[in-house]
Amino acid sequence: MSLSEDDVRRVARLSRLALTADELPRLQEDLSRILDLAAQLQAIDTRDVLPLAHPGSDQAPLRADLVSEQDHREAFQAVAPQVERGLYLVPRVIE
Amino acid sequence: MTTWEVVIGLETHAQLSTQSKIFSGAATAFGAEPNTQACAVDLGLPGVLPVINRGAVERAIRFGLAVGAHIAPRSVFARKNYFYPDLPKGYQISQFELPVVVGGGLTIQTSQGEKRVRLTRAHLEEDAGKSLHEDFVGLSGVDLNRAGTPLLEIVTEPDMRSAEEAVAYARALHALVRWIEICDGNMQEGSFRCDVNVSVRPLGQAAYGTRCEIKNLNSFRFIERAIECEVKRQIELIEDGGTVVQQTRLYDPDRDETRSMRSKEDAMDYRYFPDPDLPPLCIDDSWIDRVRGNLPELPEARRTRYQDTLGLGQYDAALLTASREAGDYFEAVRAAAAGVDAKLCANWVNGELAAALNRADLEVTHSLVSPAQLGTLLQRLADGTVSGKIAKELFEILWTEGGDVDAIIDARGLRQISDSGALQAVLEQLLAENPAQVAEYRGGKEKVFGFFVGKAMKVTGGKANPAQLNELLKTLLAG
Amino acid sequence: MSAPTPAQDKALALPDRGLRSLTQALAQREISAVDLAGAFLQRLEAAQPTLNSCITLDRERSLQEAAAADALLGGSEDAKAAARAAATTAAGPGGQGALPGGLIGALAGIPVLHKDIFCAEGWRTTCGSRMLENFVAPYDAGVISRFKAAGTVSLGRANMDEFAMGSTNEHSFFGAVRNPWDLQRVPGGSSGGSAAAVAAGLAPAATGTDTGGSIRQPAAWCGVSGIKPTYGRVSRFGMIAFASSLDQGGAFARSADDLALLLDVMAGHDTRDSTSVLRQDGAFSASLGQDVRGLRVGVPKEWFGTGLGAGVGAAVQTALDQLQALGCELVAVTLPASAQAIPAYYVIAPAEASSNLSRFDGVRFGHRAAEYHDLNELYERSRGEGFGAEVKRRILIGSYVLSHGYYDAYYLQAQKVRRLIADDFARAFAGCDLIAGPVTPGSAFALGSNSSDPTAMYLADIYTIPVNLAGLPAMSVPAGFDQGLPVGLQLVAPWWQEGRLLQVAHAYQRATDWHQRRPPAFSGAAA
Repeated sequence: MSLSEDDVRRVARLSRLALTADELPRLQEDLSRILDLAAQLQAIDTRDVLPLAHPGSDQAPLRADLVSEQDHREAFQAVAPQVERGLYLVPRVIE
Repeated sequence: MTTWEVVIGLETHAQLSTQSKIFSGAATAFGAEPNTQACAVDLGLPGVLPVINRGAVERAIRFGLAVGAHIAPRSVFARKNYFYPDLPKGYQISQFELPVVVGGGLTIQTSQGEKRVRLTRAHLEEDAGKSLHEDFVGLSGVDLNRAGTPLLEIVTEPDMRSAEEAVAYARALHALVRWIEICDGNMQEGSFRCDVNVSVRPLGQAAYGTRCEIKNLNSFRFIERAIECEVKRQIELIEDGGTVVQQTRLYDPDRDETRSMRSKEDAMDYRYFPDPDLPPLCIDDSWIDRVRGNLPELPEARRTRYQDTLGLGQYDAALLTASREAGDYFEAVRAAAAGVDAKLCANWVNGELAAALNRADLEVTHSLVSPAQLGTLLQRLADGTVSGKIAKELFEILWTEGGDVDAIIDARGLRQISDSGALQAVLEQLLAENPAQVAEYRGGKEKVFGFFVGKAMKVTGGKANPAQLNELLKTLLAG
Repeated sequence: MSAPTPAQDKALALPDRGLRSLTQALAQREISAVDLAGAFLQRLEAAQPTLNSCITLDRERSLQEAAAADALLGGSEDAKAAARAAATTAAGPGGQGALPGGLIGALAGIPVLHKDIFCAEGWRTTCGSRMLENFVAPYDAGVISRFKAAGTVSLGRANMDEFAMGSTNEHSFFGAVRNPWDLQRVPGGSSGGSAAAVAAGLAPAATGTDTGGSIRQPAAWCGVSGIKPTYGRVSRFGMIAFASSLDQGGAFARSADDLALLLDVMAGHDTRDSTSVLRQDGAFSASLGQDVRGLRVGVPKEWFGTGLGAGVGAAVQTALDQLQALGCELVAVTLPASAQAIPAYYVIAPAEASSNLSRFDGVRFGHRAAEYHDLNELYERSRGEGFGAEVKRRILIGSYVLSHGYYDAYYLQAQKVRRLIADDFARAFAGCDLIAGPVTPGSAFALGSNSSDPTAMYLADIYTIPVNLAGLPAMSVPAGFDQGLPVGLQLVAPWWQEGRLLQVAHAYQRATDWHQRRPPAFSGAAA
């Protein structure tokens, strides 16, 4: 197995994904297989090759600095789990 | 006993003064009702995409040119991934490996003299929203109006060695971003916020100590206090046999101390990678040239010109270039006071005007005396129409009542008495009325001279030409 | 469900089901848009228990859209104004890419089934996920605005693999879709609902998205035509992102002719998508009649190796022979780096997905766990409950390959290999006008056959993934059968040459009738 259970827990924590006890061993196995597949890349000689991040245009378009958006708070908050006085509510944030 | 050297670097977030956000067409105005200026892009709703605001890029170019930096012809937006309620997408769009502005520097003035602070880089990124904790029990409310506001993050080399230098840098940077009109500099509203990296090392040691980052300082006073507290904490910690742990801290002004941020306790792994939604940001030379052509005279150039060409002292030149508005006011006074010595103009702008503004708690742009009024006043002072004392009174009248300088002089009879016959008559009468003082003077008590000057000014309502008065008085007293 | 009306019977009995013929019938008011939509809705509803091709059907909403289309067909000024407004919206603020005037109302009354990944205002848009089970989109995707401007009628929301991750459509929170040719088999994925519905005659056209083959592979396995345009051709605005640098919207229909009409409407610049490209290529439907003689068709030797199933290989070879018979010249080309396409894809796509899916956090929209004690539990449980197994796998792999210490070895290396793959295609196209080969190594999987090893499913995309990595346009065209199951011929063109793809596919379909075959169980419905 190329990944340990701890590796899986670490990325699950980074990804904010709760995993159940029975998900963990299965994921360890599945992710190890996927990673073994991905590891085939290491064999390729890519010296002097530039990475390709954007397959299309290589220049971002720029928009004029104009306000084009109106207030749609009501519509946007209609799909929100918990709002009050226009604010999205979450458990208390500790800084 | 070890002597400690303090090493400081700053990361400043300047909100760019665009109308709309960096990646969306929502307004950036401060103080709107919660979430009414958060559009679908700012909220990170499913399927929406970022589009770069040209105005934000242009401001970054302006800044880069103003600090003598390299403007990258191609820079890349990357995603900084972490979860936080004020970060709607779960990532912040920022620049990582290839920022838009590289290098440059800023000259600061401290009690030790001038110093150059090198800049590492400046990059464009989006601001986060705000979490509000006051109104809800056990809950925080999230307002995303600020999310997506354009920021320029300006990063220095660790070049500063004291809180004083750090504050001087922050002030100089604050003045510059306002000078070139890329940021309103409103620190209360969070438009200009500093993160300070502080470490200490024994003097003479080459390697840096472990640093701590104090985040989100929004006043010059807090910058100074936070650094001093943190330096003290680190030195005491080391001297007590402890070691400094690299961490993010917050300054608590109520307790005047720094404390570790609980939310940043996890070792962060931001998983930066190029944002696939945004191809590279490309800036060609013609755009840079256009921006350069529109730049105002910069503070350092202006300060040098004031000293070298106008002959102002370092103090006056520094005051007049502390903000673009102060210098612009000075320039306008000079234009209205043709032929008047620049030093006289500087004295009045930095003296009477500054004092009046200070008393009234006004910015120079809101001065109750216009540059044209002050310029005319100084002309009348320079050509002898009014005396220095009267000029100050005149300034007070202009400040409180306004009006035309020459009209006020005429209407109130403020014209200086330069008629030697009239003055002589006044003085002769004074001498006749005060024989005892005349005798004292003639007996060698020359301080009494001032007594007669005061009396004469009182009698003439301050309108006597002081030079002429002195001359005449000397002659008459000599008998 | 009610019995078909005489008008619907007439609609169903139309001899030629192509979009041109339907458009003509609608324009001449032989049938109304309402009746046409009603007929297809009836089929969709009837087939739903068997095929499960849709996540949401909303008869009332669809018929409202159909009534608006009838008004447009009847010359209503209000309806025209609404269509023009949709065209303006589709271009984005300050955009130049609005539909040409001739395309406004061009497909008025044509029913289209939309993959449940395109946000459509007022429609529940789930992306096949529990996470968005109750998400009603507050805006239209660029693609949806363009279809509105053209006057089409939305038939509903097609089933799909959750967040478009999967090649079988078994990874939908709303259940697997069945293949109309064999109900014990998968339709392919991730746009499985769209492909199955078009194949079964439940919709004349459907939208899809293709990140690693998600249009071409289900098109091949369901025996319909599908096109994935050049990356940047179709707006991604409002199309829920899986892997942003690979995702591209496209369409399913029964013929290249129909696809050309759909692409005329779908393609175009949108200022709300920074990867959308402004081009003036003219109408794709205009290129259909052009002669294919003399076109050089590249055949990559790597696509005909040991991994290719015999039945599929034989069908594709026959199709190549047919192209030759039509006057095309077959030339050998080589794509050596495409052997590494799957590993590169399974680094890049999960990396982008892990980040794209971070916004689903239970705060502003989407599923929120019922119980949590603090902020982290809110995040972890909402996401743990809201995402299915395949999505979790990809998020975790993506986080891993981007994390500290692994970025260079995995992500950066994958981006470099991606460059090699794109360069291979560029070299190949120096010697040919388009590339042809199989879409998949084999025909449709049996349901449940890949549950033990997720990577087995991944290997089925070996011929489609390189195309996405390079950003090229490609099609799947029905090209025969392998033991009763459809086989697709893949055509790949140079960047922005969709017209050439459609031209060749059209010529092939004029010479063959594979695209007219219907699944026996649904041939009644398809008349």
